[in-house]
Amino acid sequence: MDILVFLKQVPDLVEELEIDAGGTTLDSTWLRYIPSEYDEHALEQALLLKERHGGTVHVVTIDIGEADDMLYSALAKGADSAGKITADFSDGASSTRLATALQDTVCTHPYDVILTGVQSIDDVEGPTGAFLARGLGIPYVGSVNGVSVNGDAGRALVRKEYPGGAFSEIEVHLPALIGIQAAEQPPRYVPISRIRQTKAQAHISEYAAPETAHPTWGRVLSMRKVESTGSAVMLDGDPGAVAQQLVDILQEHNVLR
Amino acid sequence: MNTNILVYAERLRSGIPGIVYELLGKARALAEAHGSDISVLLPGPATEEEVASFGAAHRVLIVEHDAATSPTPEGMLQSVHDAAALTQPGLLLMPATTLASDVAALFAADTGARLVTNCIDFDITHDGITACSRQYGGKILVDVLVDSTPAVLCVLAGAFQEQEGCVTGTPSPVKLPSPVLPDQRMRATRFIPPAPGDVDLAQMPVLLSVGRGIQNKENIGIVEELASKLNGAVCASRPVIDQGWLPLTRQIGRSGLMVKPRVYMAFGISGAPEHVEGMKDAGLIIAINTDRTAPIFNVAHYGVAADALDVVPALLEALENVVQHT
Ligand SMILES: Cc1cc2nc3c(=O)[nH]c(=O)nc-3n(C[C@H](O)[C@H](O)[C@H](O)COP(=O)(O)OP(=O)(O)OC[C@H]3O[C@@H](n4cnc5c(N)ncnc54)[C@H](O)[C@@H]3O)c2cc1C
Repeated sequence: MDILVFLKQVPDLVEELEIDAGGTTLDSTWLRYIPSEYDEHALEQALLLKERHGGTVHVVTIDIGEADDMLYSALAKGADSAGKITADFSDGASSTRLATALQDTVCTHPYDVILTGVQSIDDVEGPTGAFLARGLGIPYVGSVNGVSVNGDAGRALVRKEYPGGAFSEIEVHLPALIGIQAAEQPPRYVPISRIRQTKAQAHISEYAAPETAHPTWGRVLSMRKVESTGSAVMLDGDPGAVAQQLVDILQEHNVLR
Repeated sequence: MNTNILVYAERLRSGIPGIVYELLGKARALAEAHGSDISVLLPGPATEEEVASFGAAHRVLIVEHDAATSPTPEGMLQSVHDAAALTQPGLLLMPATTLASDVAALFAADTGARLVTNCIDFDITHDGITACSRQYGGKILVDVLVDSTPAVLCVLAGAFQEQEGCVTGTPSPVKLPSPVLPDQRMRATRFIPPAPGDVDLAQMPVLLSVGRGIQNKENIGIVEELASKLNGAVCASRPVIDQGWLPLTRQIGRSGLMVKPRVYMAFGISGAPEHVEGMKDAGLIIAINTDRTAPIFNVAHYGVAADALDVVPALLEALENVVQHT
């Protein structure tokens, strides 16, 4: 079974995010990129499927931030091949733009199933996976936390999350695109030494996305940091002093009897 | 500009979630200002009371999906296409749930409509539709202009007042055909209701919730100890569950449980919109987070910018003294 996995990098939220002077994008000089959490789950799910059914895992990303490092790490974890899309993404990598670039390049690669994270922390216009699936004419199910494949029947059974802790099992014809919310196990860890080893031997393919006009989706008028609404009364002091204030508050609310 | 509004009233089993009335309340305000026509798409079967509760709308389009299982993204998409063909919306309002998010994106891809996710506000102006989207884990607001219709907006629960949309009336019911997917590319085979919890979190007056900031499974032990002192239970944000540190029955948020305890204490939780959706209605919210700018402090009543691993033991000790003195 051939599996394609799309990985994307997103700004690390641990760092302070700054808005650039134009007010409509993040200031990239201060951005530190990390792999999108749900994409890492998509990779893990792909590796689990490969372990169960055999086949290949091909990982792809766009050439921004630390693309190569992310791909080497995926290869070290067990992916068979990796590639990156080279195009000018300086004016943003919106979901429809990404979907077009992926469709134009990577999807010429053989696949039975495509996995990607269900959403990323900067998906203003929705999940890339859904747009790509539509472009390829294959089914899409997002928010999935379990996939099993019946290759002979050409079907996958996915477990989709619904609100309130409910699930639905959905049978999907292959090839299909699946948006992963959580893999069946936490993403595996790979030691730096193995990534270094991989780096020395691995090859990363490059796909040049054609300069087609990409869909414009709307216009960002402004970006703002969420101002603290001031609703939280901040309690200061050393842990002991804070704890005493918390006890008083809990007492006021009749939690302690 | 076309100001017709179509509201997708998602429900998976019985009852109509509050977010649907939130959307209707906002739709009603827009209709007053712009003379919009409002339709609701409701997965049936629907009772008369349910239809009447959509008094803010002009009509309710009822579509019956296979009651034995549950709607699939493509099945629901078909119904949204049918409803849109009938009502020609300029604005399609959907709750930001895990099902509606799939449907919204597929609809946008099919029709070229513009989609904005995680909306917390929107408006109709003469330039088009403006929407405010909460991004980057709740840290950044992005204001967007969509200058063509229809615009599809996925809206976060809690953005608007539910009571504004709770208006009884006599919208006309219209039956839509059940979706038939010609090639059966996708079929729901089983609906799995929420697993019965080991503790019924919805009944607990005090919840102590741990997030990724708790760092490892072992550290949850002292929070458990604190919970037993406060007659509460421990619950968590998604990463803690995904790591397998606590069972799925303890997850709070969009794909977990919605809770309304008297007290909710959040330890090392950033306050991403998907988590906040599940706990924002707690009577008293206390957040402990090392990052003073964490979005959780925007919904908390009291905040402590400190290491949870220092605060929890101190709180246990302070409670010891209370117990000894009473
Ligand atoms: C479709 C979908 C559905 C989702 N459903 C849910 C859901 O139901 N529930 C849910 O919770 N999430 C859900 N999420 C995930 C959500 O987007 C966030 O990723 C998640 O809520 C973040 O969890 P967190 O706050 O524990 O972790 P993080 O965002 O990583 O935050 C950790 C916080 O801990 C703080 N911290 C670190 N160390 C300490 C310390 N020692 N003491 C105190 N504070 C510390 C940090 O400052 C940070 O703010 C969903 C996402 C998607 C895409």
